Amino acid sequence: MTLAPGDRVTLTVTPDRYLTVRYAGASGDFNPIHIDDEFARSVGLPGRILHGLWTMAQVARAAADAAGGDPRALRSCSVQFRGMGLPEREVVVSGEVEAVTDGLAILRLEAVQDGTRLVRGGHAEVRVG
Amino acid sequence: MTLPTDKIGKTYPPHVYLVGREKIREYAAAVGERGALYNDPQAARAAGYPDVVAPPMFVVVYCAASFQHALADPELGIDLAHLVHGAQRFVWGEPVVAGDEITTTLEVTDIAMKAGFRFDTFRTTSLNQRGELTCTGEWSTIVRGQEER
Repeated sequence: MTLAPGDRVTLTVTPDRYLTVRYAGASGDFNPIHIDDEFARSVGLPGRILHGLWTMAQVARAAADAAGGDPRALRSCSVQFRGMGLPEREVVVSGEVEAVTDGLAILRLEAVQDGTRLVRGGHAEVRVG
Repeated sequence: MTLPTDKIGKTYPPHVYLVGREKIREYAAAVGERGALYNDPQAARAAGYPDVVAPPMFVVVYCAASFQHALADPELGIDLAHLVHGAQRFVWGEPVVAGDEITTTLEVTDIAMKAGFRFDTFRTTSLNQRGELTCTGEWSTIVRGQEER
C-alpha cells in the first residue's frame, strides 16, 4: 500500500441506537452518561453520548485502513476530544497524508458529526511499504 | 481544594490483564473492526500469529482498570461527576494476541489548573509476558467547572 502527501482518507460510520451499550461492555467504561439517557439529561447532555475512545477508535481505524489494515501498521495515534457525539447520527472521519518519510506516513485527521467536531488535532503515524 | 501536585510522579501497582479471544472479538465488533486477523483464529494463524490479533485500540481494554483506579484515587481527589476526557495519545509496539498477559503500570505525570479547569495527565506503560512493550498511553482528563480555591 503506497501513500503520498496529499492523499485523503475518509471513513463514515453511523453508531446504532445501542452502540454505546455494547461499547461500554466491550471497553469496561460504564459511565452512565454513555448508557443512560435519563442520567445524561440530568447532567445537561442531550441524551447518552458516544464514548470519546470509541470515536478515537474510528480515527485509528481510518488511519490503519489507509495503510492497508495490517494490525502492525499503526505506530501512533493522538487526538483531542471536543464536541459530544450522539448515537444514530453519521460520524465522518477525514484526514490527509501530511508527509511520508522512511516508510512512515504522517496523517492529520478529524471526526465530525452534524457539523460538530468530535475529534480535532488527530495525528497518526502508519507504516507503509 | 488545593491541587495535590505532590502526587505528580505517583505510580500504582501493576495490573495484569489476560487477553481472551472472545474479548478481542467483542471489542472488534463494537468498534467496527471486521478484518479477518481480528476475528478469525485460522486467518490469524495463517498470517503467522498464534491466535486472533487485538485491534490497536484494544489498549483501552487492558489499561481500563489502571486508568479507572487512578481516577478514583482519593489522594488525587478528582471530581468524577465533572470529568471529561480531554486528549489521548498511544504509541504501539508489539501486537497483542489472544492468550497474551499484559502488565500495565500507570504514573501520574501532571496535575495543573488552566483557565479555571483542572487538567490531569497519566502515562500507562504496558508489557506482554515476554517483557516486550505493547503500548504506551498518555491520558489527559479535564474537570469542568472546578475553581481553584
